[in-house]
Amino acid sequence: MNIAEHLDNDTITVDIIGEVDGTNVGELEGALKASISKAPNVIIDLKELNYVSSAGLRVFLLIRKLTASAGHNMVIKNVTPDVMEIFTVTGFVKLLNIET
Amino acid sequence: MKDMTIKAETENLHAVFDFVVDGLMELQQTPTFIRQCKLSAEEVFLNICSYSYESEIGSVYITRDIVNKGSDKEVVISFSDSGIPFNPLTADDPDLTAELEDRQIGGLGIFLVKELMDEVSYEYEDGHNILTMKKALEK
Repeated sequence: MNIAEHLDNDTITVDIIGEVDGTNVGELEGALKASISKAPNVIIDLKELNYVSSAGLRVFLLIRKLTASAGHNMVIKNVTPDVMEIFTVTGFVKLLNIET
Repeated sequence: MKDMTIKAETENLHAVFDFVVDGLMELQQTPTFIRQCKLSAEEVFLNICSYSYESEIGSVYITRDIVNKGSDKEVVISFSDSGIPFNPLTADDPDLTAELEDRQIGGLGIFLVKELMDEVSYEYEDGHNILTMKKALEK
């Protein structure tokens, strides 16, 4: 997994690239927590994420809750079909503010 | 059938991945099918790593087989550990309709396994938790 972020005024875009599983999810959580503290608008771009398990879902849910409680915006975009299957089966489609 | 014994530690996850998916591509299975098997294996293996052994880290015995089912074939993957007796299939499914504030994360992993595989079963035998999952090959 690789993470790339781009800050543009009050919007931060975070690209998550590769695979998120139980071995690297701690790294993802730390990176996203740092990213969302930098701007009130957060875009998580998943166009190059092709694997996520429940470990990653837990982090997405946590980040969604943290941004919501701070009154910030978070949107997830460019979800691949493989990752969308996992969001759909678990009902996360409704929770995560996914742009289609 | 092939098998492996591995310590119940998260850092061994990728070795479990390699074991589970080995040869599935040669059997003409799609990347989606392979990912679904891999993800189900992750959820079961990490569940064992997290909850099965209390003081001393034990091991997990994993088997994978391709068997005939009528005129079709299915992949059968089983995980056996000698930790605390626990049937994960008895846990309640997560409430998929809960709003953001109320949404709990527990139970999602096993729920995913049940959704992505065709059959999941549990038995406790000779001091071992044995979880077996099956999924019909695509062609």
